[in-house]
Amino acid sequence: MNLLVIIIAAVFINNYVMSQFLGICPFLGVSKKVETAAGMGVAVIFVMALASAAGWLAYTFILVPLGLEYLYNISFILIIASLVQFVEMFIKKSSPSLYQALGVFLPLITTNCAVLGVVVTNMQNGYNFIESIVNGVGGALGFALAIILFAGIRERIARNKILPAVQGFPIALISAGLMSIAFLGFTGLLS
Amino acid sequence: MDINSILFPVLSIGGMGVVLGAFLGFAATVFKVETDPRVPKVRECLPGANCGGCGFAGCDALADAIVKGDAPVNACPVGGAAVAEKVGAVMGVEAATGEKMVAFVKCNGNCEAAKTKYEYFGIEDCEMEANLAGGSKECAYGCLGDGNCVRACNFGALSIVDGIAVVDKEKCVACGACTKVCPKHLIELIPYSAKVAVQCSSNDMPKISKDNCSNACMGCQICARNCPEKAVAITNFLAKVDYSKCTACGTCTEKCPTKAIKMI
Repeated sequence: MNLLVIIIAAVFINNYVMSQFLGICPFLGVSKKVETAAGMGVAVIFVMALASAAGWLAYTFILVPLGLEYLYNISFILIIASLVQFVEMFIKKSSPSLYQALGVFLPLITTNCAVLGVVVTNMQNGYNFIESIVNGVGGALGFALAIILFAGIRERIARNKILPAVQGFPIALISAGLMSIAFLGFTGLLS
Repeated sequence: MDINSILFPVLSIGGMGVVLGAFLGFAATVFKVETDPRVPKVRECLPGANCGGCGFAGCDALADAIVKGDAPVNACPVGGAAVAEKVGAVMGVEAATGEKMVAFVKCNGNCEAAKTKYEYFGIEDCEMEANLAGGSKECAYGCLGDGNCVRACNFGALSIVDGIAVVDKEKCVACGACTKVCPKHLIELIPYSAKVAVQCSSNDMPKISKDNCSNACMGCQICARNCPEKAVAITNFLAKVDYSKCTACGTCTEKCPTKAIKMI
């Protein structure tokens, strides 16, 4: 039950893009087509689950015993960046087809603030190992949901006549803002 | 002041950095993927527009295919002979140069010439308009002028003039992107050197095409009969020029009653 609450909270209420405004760069950059947005979403799910696990291990077994909790930011960045690099190499070697599908997105995620955000949230809420991974997957599902919906909206916008003053990025930012307001409706769903 | 409060963080973070760095370095050698050194060289010769005109996902994919032997060295339609020669030099093959082609829109049903059956106020997209009773033009074969080809062109070679798409021959690189997006299949690649072309795609009966559009080819056979080289043939009420025979004498263009066949 607790895990279900964590997932729903991560996907809808504390959606990393729409409520916490983390991971905006890939959200705006890779959302021109639904296909690529979905690829990005899957890659983020993969990386966030791994990063949550690695972050929890590093925090519990390295930082806490040494009394260095205040160094969590720098060590999480270090771990996430090298983890993603390693995953990229591993996929490239072991599964070229998966690399074709996910590979281009992996470097983009290396320093994604949403990934760091998930790991930091896990730490601040004192989640255990399983809860951390569930929160990571939930947060990534929320990211995938937001980016795929947004890509659908942008595909439709692209086919319409838009006021010249707001063509391109301005209209994308306006629609992102409206989407974020829509997500505001989930606030208070779980109290 | 306890020296440990500095030493511990420095050592642990530094240690993590060293360990992870060494691990990545090690992993890089273990998981190394052999790439042919010719791939980046071929890639450098290609234009890098990633237009997909070659049929591959982009310039990188084409470079890969050329080195593997899945594609000929002159597979890039954009770069033409110059690029094919450079790629050939890298691959050690003599390039077979193809003739330079350009896109051509086979419709001249502009706002003045073509009749419309309704006024279209929908989304400006040829495919969407084509879904509404085949588009707003009476002629089922005509250009809708919503500019899908213009948006597909990476080189700014297309524009909508007077309700129909027009190709700028000098800017066109024959990547073929526009030919794929036109829902009416009006755009064709013809030789750059071609002087004569039929600017109509209507296969309708002569009377119908004439009613629908004053610039239509009616399949009247005048061009075919008058051509000294027998380079023009009529099939399905539509003239077609055989560029291997055409000498650009201009006889057909003078005789054509609707000027559907003309000098370009």
